[in-house]
Amino acid sequence: MSRIAARFKALAAEGRGALIPYLEAYDPDRATSLELFRAMPAAGADLIEVGMPFSDPSADGPVIQAAALRGLKAGATLVGVLDMVAEFRKDNDETPVILMGYVNPVEAYGYERFCKDAAAAGVDGLILVDLPPEEGAVIAAPAQAAGLDIIRLVAPTTPDARLEYVLAHASGFVYYVSIVGITGTRSASAHDLAGAIPRVRAATDLPIAIGFGVRTPEQAAQASSIADGAVVASVLLATLAETLDEQGRATPQTVPRVLEQIGGLAQAVRAAGQKPE
Amino acid sequence: MANPIEHGGAAAQSNSFRQQPDEHGHFGGRYGGRFVAETLMPLILELNEAYEAAKADPAFHKELVYYQTDYIGRPSPLWFARRMTEAFGGAKIYLKREELNHTGSHKLNNVMGQILLARRMGRTRIVAETGAGQHGVATATVCALFGMKCVIYMGATDVERQKPNVFRMRLLGAEVVPVTAGAGTLKDAMNEAMRDWVANVADTYMLIGTVAGPHPYPAMVRDFQSVIGEETKEQMRAAEGRLPDVVVAAIGGGSNAMGIFYPFLDDTSVRLIGVEAAGHGLDSGKTAASIERGRPGVLHGNRTYLLQNADGQIDEAHSISAGLDYPGVGPEHSWLNDIGRAEYVGATDTEALDAFQLCTKLEGIIPALESAHAVAYAAKIAPTLPKDTLLVVNLSGRGDKDIFTVAEHLGVTL
Repeated sequence: MSRIAARFKALAAEGRGALIPYLEAYDPDRATSLELFRAMPAAGADLIEVGMPFSDPSADGPVIQAAALRGLKAGATLVGVLDMVAEFRKDNDETPVILMGYVNPVEAYGYERFCKDAAAAGVDGLILVDLPPEEGAVIAAPAQAAGLDIIRLVAPTTPDARLEYVLAHASGFVYYVSIVGITGTRSASAHDLAGAIPRVRAATDLPIAIGFGVRTPEQAAQASSIADGAVVASVLLATLAETLDEQGRATPQTVPRVLEQIGGLAQAVRAAGQKPE
Repeated sequence: MANPIEHGGAAAQSNSFRQQPDEHGHFGGRYGGRFVAETLMPLILELNEAYEAAKADPAFHKELVYYQTDYIGRPSPLWFARRMTEAFGGAKIYLKREELNHTGSHKLNNVMGQILLARRMGRTRIVAETGAGQHGVATATVCALFGMKCVIYMGATDVERQKPNVFRMRLLGAEVVPVTAGAGTLKDAMNEAMRDWVANVADTYMLIGTVAGPHPYPAMVRDFQSVIGEETKEQMRAAEGRLPDVVVAAIGGGSNAMGIFYPFLDDTSVRLIGVEAAGHGLDSGKTAASIERGRPGVLHGNRTYLLQNADGQIDEAHSISAGLDYPGVGPEHSWLNDIGRAEYVGATDTEALDAFQLCTKLEGIIPALESAHAVAYAAKIAPTLPKDTLLVVNLSGRGDKDIFTVAEHLGVTL
């Protein structure tokens, strides 16, 4: 069983959903982001999404854009990102790692070589925001051969007929984009989510994680109990950005403040699981 | 007037160059496509359906012809440039006068088609990206004409170097949003316009200004611009009794070039030359020549030639002309380049500045800096061609907007 499937299964047995924090690789530098990465599981991360910085993140809001630019400025490359995952895997073999980013750097790296190298580094799944299933043939076979899950995004705008098509090309889990918009700008209400998730649930057996607009511990608790997991990104990157000095460098505050926030989110997600249905 | 929407399809021959793209929006099976986030995907599919329906509807064509004629002022003349021809001492030079269209460029051809489509689709708010401001002005113009809300994203650098166009757009009632991300040029404006669209899908139509972006934009914009080439064909037949031998057009995203090339694609005796902005020189590292110095990759919804580094990060383009300052190019051009049906060359900032002055002095026509790149290349090859060669330059825009930039480069304070 893959790490992703095993983790969701174990959490289901515990009766709670997953907390999936996001980390932009090399933000603000390699050492700091690696330190944060390695400390995330102990702080309560059940799965971890690692952002692969791209120069033109057109589906992302200002917070992730800024993080991507800091990462690039610090020298992020896909080789470097994979190397970070390999380092992480030296002392963690259980926490699933999902790489998230845009397709062009992967195309430049070469789809086959990338899938092979990513799997060897210990990556479990890929989310390529601008590679819809219509264009996904380039990565489907190499990913399957390497044992990598292709995690698909579905949105409130995805009609039922299309939902079926998209999910036929999904593996690992389904990433439900809870709002119509870019990352970190607005949030869906619990009411919206309670209405939306059963529609997706009816179309797939895969676990469902909710992302885009999950900011507070309360929202994370709600999202992880309505679905099977909550992805939290922009709010963590915003906290990280707040701790940087005037030159944009990490300070002694950087890692502890982000971990503390993850801890608060994790506590809420776990508490939500304890409540009777 | 020619059919306002020229397109391939059932009527075209099986060995035609005019049957692209396929149903997935791929040109030659490789370029183009639909590389967008899932939030946008249903919209792109809906747009494709709406466009196919409009294309098949005679009422839509009739409406478009009405606005093309009485509002844009089509057809635009094909002008025999006698003094330029004499000065170059070779090929006979004709200028396709797209700068005479309302708003001063070819941009309105596409914008008019798309705004009529947006209205059919029931959209009430228009977002668009702009580089030089030509597309922004054209978009703001039709929004004023139809009373629609208009938001234009423009790189902060471009806002600074194209002040007259910014003022024009605001007079027309558009909201102009300066984009400070990246280098603050066209690519960054495109990112921001896409973000706006993702966030406002219910009422908003994204009006892309060039033959790039996710399918169906490259094909749709080309179809709306093809009126340029159709007219050129007819006008040249009337003037010279035959087709031109060479057609030269400037390329940023490539919409004016695609518009004049497309009707000639199957007339293989016609040489088609796209002139990219070489900036400080093709090998200077400060260029916008995506085909000549880029390699295929994925940006802004399509696979095409891109200026990018070894890691697939997109490079900043450079050109004196804000309208050509883009690190990509329309996917159909990438395909035409690979199969050799069109040639792609470069003209530098300096060559464009010289051509700008030359065209102004010899013909009394101030060309846009974008179009001056095409004039520059024509000036280069015309002397090498026989005197009976018919060479058409697509004069895609007028240069009034550029006089400040040109003055600065000539060391003149206005």
